[in-house]
Amino acid sequence: MNREKDYEVVIGLEVHAELATSSKIFCSCSTEFGGLPNTHCCPGCIGMPGTLPVLNKNVVEFAIRAGLATNCEISGFTKMDRKNYFYPDLPRAYQISQYDIPICKDGFIEIEINGVKKKIRIARIHIEEDAGKLVHDQWSTGSLVDYNRSGVPLIEIVTYPDMNSAEEARLFLEGLKAILQYTGVSDCKMQEGSLRADVNISVKPKSQEELGVRTEMKNLNSFRAIIRAIEAESRRQIEELESGGKIYRETRRWDDEKGVSFSMRSKEEAQDYRYFPESDIPPVIIDSEWVEEIRKSLPELPETRKRRYMEEYGLPAYDAEIITSSKALSDFFEETVKNGANAKTASNWIMGELLRLLKEKGVEDDSIPFPPVHLAKLIDIIEKGIITGTIAKKVFDNMFDSGKDPVAIVDEQGLKVVADTGTLLPVVKKVIENNPGSVADYKAGKTKALGFLMGQAMRETKGKADPKLINQLFIEELEKL
Amino acid sequence: MELHELSISQLGSLIKNKEVSIPKLTRYMLDRIEKLDSAYGCYITVAEEKAMEQAADVQARLDGGNLDSPLAGIPMAVKDNICTKGILTTCASRMLYNFIPPYDAHVVGKLYENGAILLGKVNMDEFAMGSSTESSYFKKTFNPLDTERVPGGSSGGAAAAVASGEAIYCLGSYTGGSIRQPAAFCGCVGIKPTYGLVSRFGLVAYASSFDQVGPLTRTVSDCAMVLGAIAGHDPMDATSTRKRIPDYTKALVQDVRGLRIGIPGEFVDDSVDEDIRNAVFKAIQVFSEQGAECKEISIPVMEYVVPTYYIIALAEASSNLARYDGVKYGYRTSEYKDLIDMCKRTRSEGFGTEVKRRILLGTYVLSSGYFDAYYKKALKARTIISREFGRAFEECDIIMGPVAPTTAYKIGEKINDPLKMYMEDIFTVPANITGLPALAIPAGIDRNNMPIGLQLIGKRFDESTIFRAGYTFEQTIGSNWTSSRMNNQVNNQVKNK
Repeated sequence: MNREKDYEVVIGLEVHAELATSSKIFCSCSTEFGGLPNTHCCPGCIGMPGTLPVLNKNVVEFAIRAGLATNCEISGFTKMDRKNYFYPDLPRAYQISQYDIPICKDGFIEIEINGVKKKIRIARIHIEEDAGKLVHDQWSTGSLVDYNRSGVPLIEIVTYPDMNSAEEARLFLEGLKAILQYTGVSDCKMQEGSLRADVNISVKPKSQEELGVRTEMKNLNSFRAIIRAIEAESRRQIEELESGGKIYRETRRWDDEKGVSFSMRSKEEAQDYRYFPESDIPPVIIDSEWVEEIRKSLPELPETRKRRYMEEYGLPAYDAEIITSSKALSDFFEETVKNGANAKTASNWIMGELLRLLKEKGVEDDSIPFPPVHLAKLIDIIEKGIITGTIAKKVFDNMFDSGKDPVAIVDEQGLKVVADTGTLLPVVKKVIENNPGSVADYKAGKTKALGFLMGQAMRETKGKADPKLINQLFIEELEKL
Repeated sequence: MELHELSISQLGSLIKNKEVSIPKLTRYMLDRIEKLDSAYGCYITVAEEKAMEQAADVQARLDGGNLDSPLAGIPMAVKDNICTKGILTTCASRMLYNFIPPYDAHVVGKLYENGAILLGKVNMDEFAMGSSTESSYFKKTFNPLDTERVPGGSSGGAAAAVASGEAIYCLGSYTGGSIRQPAAFCGCVGIKPTYGLVSRFGLVAYASSFDQVGPLTRTVSDCAMVLGAIAGHDPMDATSTRKRIPDYTKALVQDVRGLRIGIPGEFVDDSVDEDIRNAVFKAIQVFSEQGAECKEISIPVMEYVVPTYYIIALAEASSNLARYDGVKYGYRTSEYKDLIDMCKRTRSEGFGTEVKRRILLGTYVLSSGYFDAYYKKALKARTIISREFGRAFEECDIIMGPVAPTTAYKIGEKINDPLKMYMEDIFTVPANITGLPALAIPAGIDRNNMPIGLQLIGKRFDESTIFRAGYTFEQTIGSNWTSSRMNNQVNNQVKNK
């Protein structure tokens, strides 16, 4: 008997997304990633005495945008609170966050699993500041702190425990990521830490109503890590229960290299954050006019865009889903179409060659090394019969590597279709002469042999031969024999 | 009269008429500090070189016609919890014994713009936690009127410097009673402005929802002039007002006719020293004779004022002082095992007893299980107290009472009895809880020749009315009446030392 089948996994997520504002949440320092340690800092960023936080209005607007895009209610009155704890990367020893009145609440995102739609409810979205970063093990004398990230604005999105598998969690995160990217709220670069998730997991026998004891998993830096951590932790919990053990409410740290988690602290050791109102920042009144203005300015969201691609361009649901799940990819597609390319053809190139090369070369989809107009041009010269399909793939590879205009590549390398009989006839004759076996097969009625012969001719011409003409020449020449 | 006995406007006209140069006046004040400060202990840092540079610079600006301010060239000092760029700012704590801010507090910048000359940084209770300036890590400050007595606190160094003529005026800071009470103890004028009137940027935070900066001066008009220079919106402080700041010097008229002054019975009950009570009754008589309408009112919530204030202030303090962990600046312990150990040792060694007591109390009232019983309840009480004061202001324009229940007490008398010390704040904290403006002015002396302070609490952002009443009172009982007598008393103290 498969024991795992008897259990239900219950998952809730706490997602931190770094907002794409150009300046920090409480000062005018840059939020840019990278930079030498402690260069994007002011006295406020390092908590010097006498400095005061002044809330960046853009941060409030970005959070409202995120809330509206995830069907949340926007609070008319909201305030900041202090979360107190000591750690050297937290310069004031309190994080300015939101406690009892988050800026957005009661929203949801819809996911589709095995063709069935499911709502994952969002309990709240609140704004807060990021901390700095401790750098260990590089100096024998001790650790150092880099406060460049200190004060970078974040939103924390907290879901209800509405997900029941790693796959559902993945779909939710994909959906959320797309929404945050579409609305420009966050660039969601996991490798730079601008999207991070903590996962709350519990398991319970399917027959049981009440939820099991949950653990919280931290340090999940990629979608892959999140999925693996959920799978490993639910398995661990089930095994623990099956062997008569007990699950303790605790925080666990995921080690992605080893594929295991270990306990960080139990609930008894849980910190008392002593939340209380931040009196340096007056409460924020959000009037409904402003909210409506922001609502009107929201761009088309992934779900709407997906439907439009299916209806307007006739893309298959799968293709539309893949392309719209990334704003960068989707924007690239739109631009290609705007530049005159046939939508279906553009989609095929993106789904096939482009995604393959991105994956192969480890390039992020927001860093496609050539502009959409180049893909449109490539499609254009294929359709006009200026190059063959075989050549087109080579040109595409070249475009990806060099960033050059496809027309220029074709010209420089002489890749245009060869469509004159004078050039092709000798090639056809040569192929017939060198492949008596295939010729005999053809004569014996095996028409498949023609394909082989054509392939040989294509090779001779490095793929440039006009397939129609060469086909015609073969048939004529073979008839003569 | 000697230079240090003059008011801002008197010195201003000497400077304008070239009867004294700014460098000469500054030198005079620095010499005076040199001569007297070993006796009074007002200063933590004397910025001699910088002051002389500033003096030359301001004189040049003035001569070039690039400066027009009554504060131009007037030497002053700033409490040591107000940040001064390039000058040590210690908060009278070992924790910040070496802290030199890379920025000026907004108020300091404003004074510099007005051509003020910074003589140095004055002593205070450690992190402004205290009412006697006895908790300073560096030194005690003595009351210049009787050096066996405290100058009050936490702005004790500021009040003592003004009273002894070691500065023409000072900037103090105010959380509980820290400007008005030392002003009263040293016979000076001091104002706690409406919360939000003056930017807190650069004021080292104690309790963010109470803290304000305010001037300590010898006269009401000096006070109005300095406040006018430092008040107004600052984009670096989200709680600072966007209101237009009136010209407070226009309020300096001797006219209180029709002004309604309420005196809460709770402010003159048995807990108040008899001499002080009598001084308040005398003030009622003075104001009535000048045409004001004085009446008794009642504020029944007075007994909750001190606990409410201390719960909220200490809660905020426990969080505001958490940043001193030895990581980024200030004191760091010399030996430690790891990060946590470093933080613990640094805080144990860097803070004094009173600061640690307040951090512990504040942490306690915010802790889970106690939050609702203390902090949350105190917030509710704060709302009720504000409402009661609001109601009282429906029937009067000013609420009048003593600044403190006693005059300056002997050094060491209350330092070991924190509760008694906290109760010193009973009449000053209501204005802080409610954010209302309150002016302290001298109102006579007690049987020991120690000054008595009278307090005028005004409506929100109505500093003008309390300035008008204070000015009228000061003019009626004699301009500089206290200070000329005070000067003699101060001189006697110096001789005795």
